[in-house]
Amino acid sequence: MASQDIIARSATTTAPPSIRQQQAVAKLIDTTKCIGCKACQVACSEWNELRDGVGHNHGTYDNPQDLTADTWTLMRFTEHETADGNLEWLIRKDGCMHCAEPGCLKACPSPGAIIKHANGIVDFNQDHCIGCGYCITGCPFNIPRISQKDHKAYKCSLCSDRVAVGLEPACVKTCPTGAIVFGTKDDMQNHAAERIVDLKSRGFDNAGLYDPDGVGGTHVMYVLHHADTPRIYAGLPDQPVISPLVGLWKGISKPLALMAMGAAVVAGFFHYVRVGPQRVEEDEHPAPLDSSVHQVDPAVHVYDPGRPDGPGEQRP
Amino acid sequence: MNHDKPILRYTANERTNHWLVAILFMMAGLSGLALFHPALFWLTHLFGGGPWTRILHPFLGVAMFVFFVGLVVRFWRANFITANDRLWLRRIDRVMLNKAEGVPAIGKYNAGQKLLFWTLLLCMLVLLVSGVVMWRAWFSQYFGISTLRLASVLHALAAFVLVLSIIVHIYAGIWIKGSVGAMMHGWVSRAWARHHHELWYRDVTGDKPPQGPTRKKG
Repeated sequence: MASQDIIARSATTTAPPSIRQQQAVAKLIDTTKCIGCKACQVACSEWNELRDGVGHNHGTYDNPQDLTADTWTLMRFTEHETADGNLEWLIRKDGCMHCAEPGCLKACPSPGAIIKHANGIVDFNQDHCIGCGYCITGCPFNIPRISQKDHKAYKCSLCSDRVAVGLEPACVKTCPTGAIVFGTKDDMQNHAAERIVDLKSRGFDNAGLYDPDGVGGTHVMYVLHHADTPRIYAGLPDQPVISPLVGLWKGISKPLALMAMGAAVVAGFFHYVRVGPQRVEEDEHPAPLDSSVHQVDPAVHVYDPGRPDGPGEQRP
Repeated sequence: MNHDKPILRYTANERTNHWLVAILFMMAGLSGLALFHPALFWLTHLFGGGPWTRILHPFLGVAMFVFFVGLVVRFWRANFITANDRLWLRRIDRVMLNKAEGVPAIGKYNAGQKLLFWTLLLCMLVLLVSGVVMWRAWFSQYFGISTLRLASVLHALAAFVLVLSIIVHIYAGIWIKGSVGAMMHGWVSRAWARHHHELWYRDVTGDKPPQGPTRKKG
């Protein structure tokens, strides 16, 4: 990948190389067209050379049970009963949402381990990853996973390698129903708007686009039949934001704390320069002492050095 | 009475314990600061790179805590805050200007040292608990995301307070001549003990309290 199209870089306080202007891309996942065939999971596994271990059946269609370092996308199945007693099978392809303001990138302490491309793709560079897991702490969508093999973080790259050479992501290419489409973000929003008009005409009054503002919008978007309650789609956050705790942890408090530590050292130096050290004259005679305080320190009950030439210690 | 014989302030075991904590603090602190802010990420080179810093930091921290518990067991009784300490704190401005007039006589530790002791203990406890929660290799999977986020904030906050406290502690050692020696080789002069820790001096030497309500001179 050329280095010029990076517009954000983890743990970097200066502007990264960002001379190129690129159109934002987006993947649109239409949950109303998805049939749950998992071809996208297989395509992801094939293109990215990932082979997750064989797991166990837990009585649901979700297979594997959760995202892992080797499973970057996963169909999540929900049996949803509507208010009028209909059963709806909600299927959501879970994976990285490629936030415009990525919580993982904000939290990452390793320079360049997480980057955001000018086209909006958020990518992990495992070569710079130190395995601390802060990206997991920062992510509002619970996406990154640390591999137990190499202790590096992994997630969907939106096939940044394919996109860089003008191809669509592998999951998009394989989807048999056209439920996953890819293009510029503007085109995907327009396409979603058409889909939503159609869905509303079919009685899904709350159909809408999931492109949450709280993270600046995302480069993976959903068309939902029930956009008023994203949480019914296997816990898709209603209002995802970078947690205020993460903001506090990684925000302005860090440079201020750094300055405070530096200021403490400088203050000490100038105290020494202006006030100077406290030295005790060794020939000082016992002065009349202040007897207004008669309290005996609690230390005296346990500190028992005995005599100045007490046991064990000889004066040097 | 022998008036020029020095006084043993810290035994060899106490000194060893202190410096083990100090060395571990420097290593845990530098490796932690490396991940605290991007401006200090270069400190990871001291530990063999980013992944090694991530691997070593929690072990260094746990070791620091274990040895710090040793210091707590040795010194906690000497660190109860007394009414005398509140008076000392009110006169902190005079202390800071190297003036002894009106500053009450104190025991083995002054109020600043005692506050440092309890601050360090609190910080160490917060660092240990939050650090275990954040320890991705072993423990993070047992905690929810909100707990992890809170732990991350508290870990950074406690580390910040700890580093500031230790900066003050180190400066006090540089400022008060004779105190580094007390922790290096253990001995202090009688004049030093009388000047800085008069009640302790009286106790360990058996000196009688002075007669009459005269005020102490500088």
